[in-house]
Amino acid sequence: MSTSFLSVTYLVAGVLFILSLAGLASQETARRGNVFGIVGMVIAVLATLIHPAVEGYALVMGAVVVGGGIGAVMAARVAMTAMPQLVAVLHSFVGLAAVLVGVSSYLAPLESLEGAAHAVHLIEIWLAVAIGAVTFTGSVVAWGKLRGSISGKPLLLPSRHKLNAVALGLIVVLMIPFIFVGGTGGLTMLIIMAVIASLLGIHLVMAIGGADMPVVVSLLNSYSGWAAAAAGFMLSNDLLIVTGALVGSSGAILSYIMCKAMNRSIWSVVFGGFGAGNAPKPTPAQLEGMTGTVTETTAEEVAELAANATTGVIIVPGYGMAVGRAQHLVNEFAQLLQEQGVSVRYAIHPVAGRLPGHMNVLLAEAGVPYDIVLEMEEINADFPTTDLVLVIGANDIVNPGAETDEHSPIYGMPVLQVWKSHQVVVLKRGMGAGYAGVGNPLFLNDNTDMLFGDAKVSMQAVVGALRER
Amino acid sequence: MKVGIPREIHRGERRVAATPDTVKRLRKLGFEVFVQAGAGEGARLSDESYVEAGAEIVEGPEAAWAADVVLKVRPPEEDGDVHEVDRIQDGGLLVSLLFPAQNGSLVERMCCRKLSAIAMDQIPRISRAQKMDVLSSMANIAGYRAVIEAANHFGSFFGGQITAAGKTRPARVMVIGAGVAGLAAIAAARGLGAEVRAFDVRLAAKEQVQSLGARFLELKFEESSEGEGEDAGGYAKIMSKEFIDAEMALFRKQCKEVDIIITTALIPGKKAPLLITRDMVDSMRAGSIVVDLAAEQGGNCEYTQPDRAVEVHGITIIGYTDLTSRLATHASQFFGTNVVNLLSDMGGAENFNVNLGDAVIRNSLVVRDGAVVWPPPPEPAKAVPPPPTKEAPQPPVRPGATPPESLPAKAPGGPMADPRFRYGGMAAGVIALGTLGLFAPMDFIQHFTVFVLACFIGWQVIWNVSAALHTPLMSVTNAISGIIVVGGMLQAASGRTDTAAWIGALAILVASINIAGGFLVTRRMLEMFRK
Repeated sequence: MSTSFLSVTYLVAGVLFILSLAGLASQETARRGNVFGIVGMVIAVLATLIHPAVEGYALVMGAVVVGGGIGAVMAARVAMTAMPQLVAVLHSFVGLAAVLVGVSSYLAPLESLEGAAHAVHLIEIWLAVAIGAVTFTGSVVAWGKLRGSISGKPLLLPSRHKLNAVALGLIVVLMIPFIFVGGTGGLTMLIIMAVIASLLGIHLVMAIGGADMPVVVSLLNSYSGWAAAAAGFMLSNDLLIVTGALVGSSGAILSYIMCKAMNRSIWSVVFGGFGAGNAPKPTPAQLEGMTGTVTETTAEEVAELAANATTGVIIVPGYGMAVGRAQHLVNEFAQLLQEQGVSVRYAIHPVAGRLPGHMNVLLAEAGVPYDIVLEMEEINADFPTTDLVLVIGANDIVNPGAETDEHSPIYGMPVLQVWKSHQVVVLKRGMGAGYAGVGNPLFLNDNTDMLFGDAKVSMQAVVGALRER
Repeated sequence: MKVGIPREIHRGERRVAATPDTVKRLRKLGFEVFVQAGAGEGARLSDESYVEAGAEIVEGPEAAWAADVVLKVRPPEEDGDVHEVDRIQDGGLLVSLLFPAQNGSLVERMCCRKLSAIAMDQIPRISRAQKMDVLSSMANIAGYRAVIEAANHFGSFFGGQITAAGKTRPARVMVIGAGVAGLAAIAAARGLGAEVRAFDVRLAAKEQVQSLGARFLELKFEESSEGEGEDAGGYAKIMSKEFIDAEMALFRKQCKEVDIIITTALIPGKKAPLLITRDMVDSMRAGSIVVDLAAEQGGNCEYTQPDRAVEVHGITIIGYTDLTSRLATHASQFFGTNVVNLLSDMGGAENFNVNLGDAVIRNSLVVRDGAVVWPPPPEPAKAVPPPPTKEAPQPPVRPGATPPESLPAKAPGGPMADPRFRYGGMAAGVIALGTLGLFAPMDFIQHFTVFVLACFIGWQVIWNVSAALHTPLMSVTNAISGIIVVGGMLQAASGRTDTAAWIGALAILVASINIAGGFLVTRRMLEMFRK
């Protein structure tokens, strides 16, 4: 069992990982992509196990079996609506693993190094632990926010940017003595730094509002990749470096796409808070300033409107549908309409929900065929010729203020132009503002009716009314 | 910019390329509009109504053609001793139906002149261009009108009735070809109360037919490759001999049952397929009607005579080619709106631009400044492999490529777009790389090379991921970043049982959660994505 052989198997695993991600280009090849990923992982793990340096099988196998078991149970039990939380908590595990491997590698380096190589090794450990710790605590906070056990409101400490800068500065400064301490004398410093980085991770994510969660989750996805890559440098392991870089770029691209979809600068999300210059929060006066009255409707009227929508119905799902777990009822509603000859399509905003692609997953779970689920650019032009748009628990992504109101914090964010359709019905729990905390003039439009209530209860009533017709 | 609306001169053509409604929109886009007197007559649109909408009425064709953009329905043709093409001014742009594949001599004539021409019939069938798709909007009208013409010649009710004077059964209508025209015909016939059945070679049409309340006729024929009756653009294509035989047998049987047949079978750029033979028509009940929407392309029915309604053994075969013209007001409205949508996408009067980078323009532009640019070069392979769904996800737009000298940016775009940041970043990258080269150990440089290359591969690969799959992408990247388990293994299994080994084991444990959880949940999610 030579080291060359190990490198070759790592190469194979790396290629399989790339194919795995490439497979996700379309639904048809995605499942095969996932299989490539699994095969790559198995090859990498087996090859490592038969490496001559690996001896304590009991410990290794025990940890793999216990960990794998926990993961399998989590994956099997999780509800599709809880997917964002699961993804966030999985990120935290990568971060934690990077920290642990870093500390372990410091205590017992695999090979003894001298001079510059030793210094570089220590820097690599330092980085892996720092990135890992930020990822770990950041993801835990994101998990809490997504579950709702931590408030979704951004925590904006006074001079928070300075706090971040100080934490970052400390992390860099502490590295210098760490490099020059011999043996394992730097352990305390390493742990102190890990604590500082952990606090930084908590603070960064606490400062971000719930509406920005899709970006945060993808950003943490990216961080977890860089943490793995740093661990790869530390252990001189090319497979880890390659995989970390792949995951890191993937998360970075996703964050970029999400930010673009929300017209938000990536830096304001990286450093926390809403907009670089603390965009003004809407005051009640702003909300009152909007003219028009709210028209309330009933489930029967909505069923009537939908059944008579000759030019079709477009459904715009939002986080409210996820919270109410209403996707199955929405699908039933759509199928009933299709049986009556009404065409139904779904319009998905890139940041609908709390995770990139969140709505697609929920609709897929309910069995909605993916070819009637359209993206924003594909469907925006069709609203003017659509009889009825049903907005289910979405708010900011259908806010006309994003196009017209220059003072709106979401001004410039591309939105679904539902108000151009003949009739809009909004299913919503109440008149409260969306996560961005912005009032929505859509609700006051003449061609907008509101159906108040939990998405699931409302949809149940609408489906019932449709059946009785 | 001036837009001219000449009167259509084709015999029997009653449509016009702009209505008062679309003139208003043209005015909003900043165009000056000149309408030839009497242009809207056929569509029952008075000159006054155009003036009210903000257009100027001009006498004679020359004044209407002397505009920067000329909007027209029919392709230009001889008007007495002048050809309409010669009326277009130098540098002008003609927007109309052109059918460049069939009208070679017209295209040649146009390229003798320094003018540009956009063929509305060549607008590609992509979602974004639906609002400009005149073929669809006209087919919709033709399908509806075909039913009205049939009802006009039909001596019975469409809907069944039970009255004191007796009972009538509903008319039975068969629609062949469930494209836009066929579907419109189904809807119209259903609306009149008829019992409708429809046939199409594309199995994908089944759902659409059923959605309109009609029965879908299926062939009792084992086809080796299902759903192949559709080409990449969603149009029907030529079928095999066995298929055609089975198809003809079906029609032969149906002819004995139905009262009305509406055929809409067309294959782009080819003669229409012959589907209803003489003996089939002869077998129909007296009083039955056949409406042939393919009359202009040779007809689907053997008896069809273009532009005429003929009666054979008491069966009327209608071959009108001007069905859309017979609904001139709405046809003009739809056509005009399609054209305005195109001009609006081209930037309106302010930023008017014939942008070859736009797929819609690239496909429909036939002549550009006197040079023939049609047919367009084939597009690069689609990012999304077949089967072609009409709304294939568009690959995301790539932001400006990251300069190769700089490290792979965590945040592309954003501040990177600012040149100061970009050049500053490049300089910093070059300095950092130089420093690395001077001081870092060789070993590190090797790993660093791998790292940078992997970042670029990731960058290339991830942009192709469909937006609908972003959640599975996250969970799968999550799973593969569990590869850090390898690090834990190397640390834990060095044969020692000290703290380092235990910490390593703990790392293995959490990483394993990730691997198992990530892959399994991805699989669960992907199982749900079905068509």
